[in-house]
Amino acid sequence: MNLLRTEALKKHFGETRAVDGVNFTVNEGEFLSLVGTNGAGKTTLVNLISAFLAPDSGRIFIGDRDITHASVEERIRAGIARSFQLVNLFDDLSVLDNVALAIFAREGKTKRILALAERDAAVTREASDLLGEFGLDGKSEGRAGGLAQGERKLLDVAVAYALRPRLLFLDEPTSGVSTRDKAQIMDTVSAVVRGGGITAVVIEHDMDVVFKYSDRVVVMHEGRFLADGPPGEIRQNSDVAKYLLGTDV
Amino acid sequence: MKLAVPILIVLALVPVVASTYQTQLLTYGLTLAIAALGFNLLLGYTGLLSFGHSAYFGAGAYAVALMMRYLGVSSMELFLLGGIVCSAALAALFGVVCVRHTRIFFAILTLALSQVLWTLAYKFFWITGGTDGLRVPFSKLTLLGGLIGFPGADAFARFISFYYYYVLVVFCVCTALMWLIVHSPFGKTLQAIRDNETRARFLGVRIWRYRWLAFLVSGIFTGLAGTLWVPLNGLTTPDVLYWPQSGKIVFFAVLGGFRNFSGPIVGAVLFNYLEVYAIALTEYWQITLGAILIILVTFLPAGIVGTAQRLSAKFK
Repeated sequence: MNLLRTEALKKHFGETRAVDGVNFTVNEGEFLSLVGTNGAGKTTLVNLISAFLAPDSGRIFIGDRDITHASVEERIRAGIARSFQLVNLFDDLSVLDNVALAIFAREGKTKRILALAERDAAVTREASDLLGEFGLDGKSEGRAGGLAQGERKLLDVAVAYALRPRLLFLDEPTSGVSTRDKAQIMDTVSAVVRGGGITAVVIEHDMDVVFKYSDRVVVMHEGRFLADGPPGEIRQNSDVAKYLLGTDV
Repeated sequence: MKLAVPILIVLALVPVVASTYQTQLLTYGLTLAIAALGFNLLLGYTGLLSFGHSAYFGAGAYAVALMMRYLGVSSMELFLLGGIVCSAALAALFGVVCVRHTRIFFAILTLALSQVLWTLAYKFFWITGGTDGLRVPFSKLTLLGGLIGFPGADAFARFISFYYYYVLVVFCVCTALMWLIVHSPFGKTLQAIRDNETRARFLGVRIWRYRWLAFLVSGIFTGLAGTLWVPLNGLTTPDVLYWPQSGKIVFFAVLGGFRNFSGPIVGAVLFNYLEVYAIALTEYWQITLGAILIILVTFLPAGIVGTAQRLSAKFK
């Protein structure tokens, strides 16, 4: 069953056709990778779906609901969450507070003005448990700004995950980290997301990571879809080999 | 937090051990500290630099003066209520205009709006007294629902003693309230907006609404400070609405350090002494304060409290 669907989604920046009439579907429960060269339109597509950008034309549905003109808050309520290509954290807050804040936001508790945040035992417990799932439980009291890059990437995903979305977009969760950290991050993210029954769309450049973790791979090239299928099929696709891998099958 | 109780004991003993003049000075300092607490909710916790907080300070001060002059009110509790209502209404209105902007645009808007208010106070002299201002004599003031008054020629020392404790109680309540606010989910949300507005938006936080609420609370605290300040000063003039008054409030935060809770409080109290003694020392007192500001920004950007905390962490 389709969880997300776009119809002829288009976004141009001047002469550049960043997203050019894309029909994109994401099925419930799948772990999908969105790949392509730099400038292929992957991040723009995610930006359109998450309301970071407004499309020039086309429509976006979550389930049967048209969310094309919905605000960021409405899309979050509809179950869409995302992380960012460059790590986007609240650096001066503690690691625990970063996650707790997402939980407060999800629960509609951020308006509470005369209650100590740390006294909310349910939120603190959930935040601690979640940090444990992401392997960050030993870091909860430190500043988010003081974490190593790999840990920051994990926390970035944990903050988005704490919203308990139906559909989670992860924009390059392993960029800028070592090969060893990549495997650790993807093992953790994949386990938590699959364990939580959350549908995930991951933008990724590392094809080894893509082929190892994905149920389905969608390849973009110059704002359009070049290929769409399971990892084994994509690996054998001659167009993908030519444009993305720079080799012939 | 560990120091709160010893500091409170020392503060409670001030009128007993210090002269009336010193008690009066500290009372001024405590009222300014309330303004600094309010101001820092915006600067330190929300990341918005206001150059127009004189508007709310002045609103509180003029609320007292106008209530006394035109309504014959003498109760300090009614003045507090009036000051809160006036500053809240003003902050609510100005906030709608300002919080859609950040950085220099926010600062300029707050400055411009406060100067509109200054002009009104200056030009509508038949109501506000113009440059002569409006007198608020302590002899007409009553505290605690009329239980305590200060008639008579020798009542000044008594007024200072009682009023000091009155201000101290309000200061303690304000400090406790602000502590609660900045450690609440709301306060954490403000800090998140300060650190990373985009990410906060993608957690579903309505940025403008939270900035507006912070603006409102900040304005109310500053208005309350103006309300408490004017009986002590005995007079309010358009000067309290003029931009140097806003500059002073910024100075409090820079002096103490705006990235910690107690910095602006320390900054406000210290600034009050600095100003008084600099004026007594030289007619070029503004140069002295200017030099201090330059030294602070250049060598102690974390302010006095921020620097002390860093040093203490280093030597632990």
